[in-house]
Amino acid sequence: MKVSLKWLRDYVDINLSPQEIAEKLTMAGIEVANIQASSSWDKVVVGEVVAVEPHPNADRLRLATVDVGAERIMVVCGASNISPGQKVPFAQAGAELFDGHTGEIICLKPTKIRGVSSTGMVCSERELGISDNYEGIMILPHDAPVGMSFGEYMGDTFFELEVTPNRSDCLSVIGIAREIAALTGQSLQLPNTAYQETGEEIKSFISVEIADSELCPRYCAGLISGVTVGASPLWLQQRLSNYGMRSINNVVDVTNYVMLEYGQPLHAFDYEKIAGRKIIVRRAFENERLNTLDGEQRVLNPDVLVIADTEKATAIAGIMGGAESEMTENTSVILIESANFDYVTVRRGSDALHLQSEASIRFSKGLSHRLPLPALKRAMSLLLEVAGGQAAGDIVDVYPAREEEKPIALTCGEVKRLSSLEMNIGEISKVLDLLGFACCQSKDPQEALVSVPYWRNDIHLPADLVEEVVRIVGYDRIPCTSLSAALPVYDAAAGLNLSQQRAANILAGMGFQEVLTYSLISLDLLQKVSPVQDLIGPMPLKLANPMTQEQEYLRTTLRPGVLSALARNQKLNEETLRLFETGKVFLPDDGGDLPREKRMLCAALCGTRTKASWHDRGEQQLDFFDAKGIVEAVLRRLSLQGEFKISDDPSLTPGNGAEIIIDGKKLGVVGELHPRVARSFALSGTVYLFEMDLDEISFFVAGEKKFQPVSKFPGAVRDIAVVVEEAVPYGEVKKYIEACSMVTQVELFDLYTGEQIPRGKKSFAVRVFYQSPDHTLTDEEVDKEQQKIMARLSQKLDVALRS
Amino acid sequence: MLEHLEELYKTALDELCKIENLADLELWRVRYLGKKSALIQLLRSLKTLPLDERREAGAQANKIKLSFEAELSEKKKILDEFSLTACLKRENLDVTLPGRQVFTGRLHPITQAINEICAIFNGMGFQIFEGPDVEWDYYNFEALNIPEGHPARDMFDTLWIDADRGSKARLLRTHTSPVQIRLMEQKRPPLRVVIPGRVYRYEATDATHESMFCQVEGLVVDKGITMADLKGTLFECARSLFGSERKVRFRCDYFPFVEPGVEVAIECLSCHGAGCHVCGFSGWIEVLGAGMVHPDVLKRVDIDPAVYTGFAFGMGVERIPMLRYGINDIRLFYGNDMRFLQQF
Ligand SMILES: [Zn+2]
Repeated sequence: MKVSLKWLRDYVDINLSPQEIAEKLTMAGIEVANIQASSSWDKVVVGEVVAVEPHPNADRLRLATVDVGAERIMVVCGASNISPGQKVPFAQAGAELFDGHTGEIICLKPTKIRGVSSTGMVCSERELGISDNYEGIMILPHDAPVGMSFGEYMGDTFFELEVTPNRSDCLSVIGIAREIAALTGQSLQLPNTAYQETGEEIKSFISVEIADSELCPRYCAGLISGVTVGASPLWLQQRLSNYGMRSINNVVDVTNYVMLEYGQPLHAFDYEKIAGRKIIVRRAFENERLNTLDGEQRVLNPDVLVIADTEKATAIAGIMGGAESEMTENTSVILIESANFDYVTVRRGSDALHLQSEASIRFSKGLSHRLPLPALKRAMSLLLEVAGGQAAGDIVDVYPAREEEKPIALTCGEVKRLSSLEMNIGEISKVLDLLGFACCQSKDPQEALVSVPYWRNDIHLPADLVEEVVRIVGYDRIPCTSLSAALPVYDAAAGLNLSQQRAANILAGMGFQEVLTYSLISLDLLQKVSPVQDLIGPMPLKLANPMTQEQEYLRTTLRPGVLSALARNQKLNEETLRLFETGKVFLPDDGGDLPREKRMLCAALCGTRTKASWHDRGEQQLDFFDAKGIVEAVLRRLSLQGEFKISDDPSLTPGNGAEIIIDGKKLGVVGELHPRVARSFALSGTVYLFEMDLDEISFFVAGEKKFQPVSKFPGAVRDIAVVVEEAVPYGEVKKYIEACSMVTQVELFDLYTGEQIPRGKKSFAVRVFYQSPDHTLTDEEVDKEQQKIMARLSQKLDVALRS
Repeated sequence: MLEHLEELYKTALDELCKIENLADLELWRVRYLGKKSALIQLLRSLKTLPLDERREAGAQANKIKLSFEAELSEKKKILDEFSLTACLKRENLDVTLPGRQVFTGRLHPITQAINEICAIFNGMGFQIFEGPDVEWDYYNFEALNIPEGHPARDMFDTLWIDADRGSKARLLRTHTSPVQIRLMEQKRPPLRVVIPGRVYRYEATDATHESMFCQVEGLVVDKGITMADLKGTLFECARSLFGSERKVRFRCDYFPFVEPGVEVAIECLSCHGAGCHVCGFSGWIEVLGAGMVHPDVLKRVDIDPAVYTGFAFGMGVERIPMLRYGINDIRLFYGNDMRFLQQF
């Protein structure tokens, strides 16, 4: 919303600089985004016509000599209304003007017209973009200073304001003037809205029916007969042009002017064109058609509210008028509508029709029900002034939403309770008075009964009034204090997913870079984690209004994001990469409930085990056990024991992936990325990936943990070598060794297949640590345990002991 | 016997003199003081000797043993010192040669910022709470005083799951504020929490706009909470994040679920308040939206606004590293280029 400083001065004395005003408004809640001095009309100056002579070669053209201060310039002029002594806007070569016929912007160049050279131009309003009037040149008041730049003469300072959605009253010049008045401790001078009612009673002209009172809380209308539709006075044209509004005619201009001034959209109907002398506010019929003022035919439906007569719709309520009831030069009786329409209806209608207007923007913010009447009175009095005619007696005011206005009780205690400020009722009332609130003394000397002024529809509660008081006295007056109340009981379980934070820290410590990827993803990318380009998990949740195909679905896995990030960095010539993401995946609910949001960890690594350097050529490629080692380290840091079992996860190379199992529950996978998947992400080399369900892990991490006493007694170490069938996994062997209560640790230190043992067999060399918590183990005890272990192994696994 | 001892003593000491390293010294120890050494054997066999011989031989052997032990310890000291000195006599290394490489990982700058913000508020007694990214219209809008059609909905361009609107329509939360409602439905005052999380907007992406970003929400509800507490708490937060010298501005602003509403801005980091393109020539940069919890919001979750008051705030996380490090394009955060990520 833009507001002119000159116009603001009509209502309030402004002695502060534009910057100071902007600062005050911003602090009080109306942000000034920009202060602009008008700088249009470059190379146009105020000139004085000093002589007019006939053109030697053309009857209809004349030669005008114009004094522009520094010099006198003779130009060719076609306008008939030019005469000596006039002050005119004079465009010099290089000025940008609107072409009088086509309306396009042209750059003025010196020319020869019928043999006489012309190095400038006396301009019409249309050429300057002030109005559509191109009949003759624009004539300025006599006191216009010759030589002054036209921009400066006409010019002004504009505030670009960001009005918050609650302050529809500030979408008006008076609204902003009122804020400035309150912030500078002044009173506001409102325009005089009194006018004479000399015509017949309005009842004899028109009746108004609101068919759907929910959608039209109020409808006011006034009528003037005998108006002269014509050009607006210059001041009116200028003000509208400053707002980018073209002057149409005096009646339409006044409705627009009052809309800018009061914030209430108005509409003028040609009364003679209202069939049945009746206004009906109703929902449109299905497929009802209306030609709007912008020249389009609109097809309406019952969600749209229209203003109709007894035969047809004549306007879309709050959005745009119809072409048929439009004002013409012959119009002599006008009906001025000043109404309030349901903001949701206007908003939806405007969206559905793709039709926005100054009116619809204002209505859809929600305007005060009490605004139509004062705005109508102002429009009537201004219309009588600029277009003449007789106002009908009285006005129409149909007000189905009329409510008793109850004052709000505000106590000093409430102001203090919310703001901490100690103010007495006198101080509070004084501030509210400045904003136009009426404060009455209540029986309680600590309380005021506050009536809300007609332009505010955002004030309902004492808290709303507290904000009004505090924003005017200034938020700076509130001190800063520390929270002093008792701390709430600490609830560790409510905290940020603990294992997520811990896992991220652990992995970063092990050289993994954290990445964050989008929650929204394409179906295509989700399918790429399968070697056959199929969805691995459930069908992901889809957006109803995606912005792009790349961000259409909620991810059900972190894999595509992490692999894409890996691919991106591989392309940057990084061969050795380790990265991970922790975050939510979204598993849809079949019943239409919210999806299950599960927290996952996904990591990927590729390249060599070490970085190449002068110590080490870095030629050792990663393998499955590098990835597994990292998983084991993470689990160890979380004090968890994992088991691993061959996995059939489709993203992994068959036979080269493992499920991570804790307490019999599958919590993730680790393995080599399927080469087809790697290819679909354009990844080079072998990639390893691991994934863990952090929600499940949190459950185990949160479990009770007990201290294990450290044994004071020395232990014993024995090596054993077991020869088993190739198919027997080491995990089985280890399990049976660990089953012995004296065994504290089992370490595999060699795996052998070859000549020294039979074909089809392999040998594990295992170092076993024995220890007792309560005594020093004797050789005999250890030997006995070792024999038990061997017996168990040979019984279960058909092993042979090797010396 | 005694002569024999005498000879043993001499030979041993001669040998000891010639020893030049710790390994030989150990061999010497085993030879002369070990379990199987002549001396120890002799001491063991003393009881087989007649009493008068036993006394003299015993005294002599023990004297020799003590002397050997003393000499051994002395020699060990000398050798230790010698080897240490030898150890220190080495060529200088080329210390400019690179060390063996260790992989370095880091947390993402956004994670770091969230952790930092949470730590600041943890220090002020705030707990952490989280809520879902996919929300009902009710929590994201209605319960926060933004019913359908409300003009404030313009502040949030929403990504919807369901095409049909209504309180049971699913959407991607546009802010972390719905978690305020979820929290207050579950817990009673006193409340003091921060809520980090991702939020989503239907917004074309450019250098300053992302369709996904992170926020940290905060909520305090108790008896006697005022705007002064809001100012004090957020002033501390802004100072912790941007330095204690930084000016902080509190101005009136509007959010439908608070009343009065507050915007917190800090003095521009790049122009120090003079005005530049970073701050839109205002000298200030908005970092937080805040306000006193709206009475209607409290009522909706059955907390009596006549008894309790509270304040809430929300801040964008990306802004913080952007401002601090002068990052000029928000898209860098989710682009995951290592050359960017490994700077933080
Ligand atoms: Zn700046």
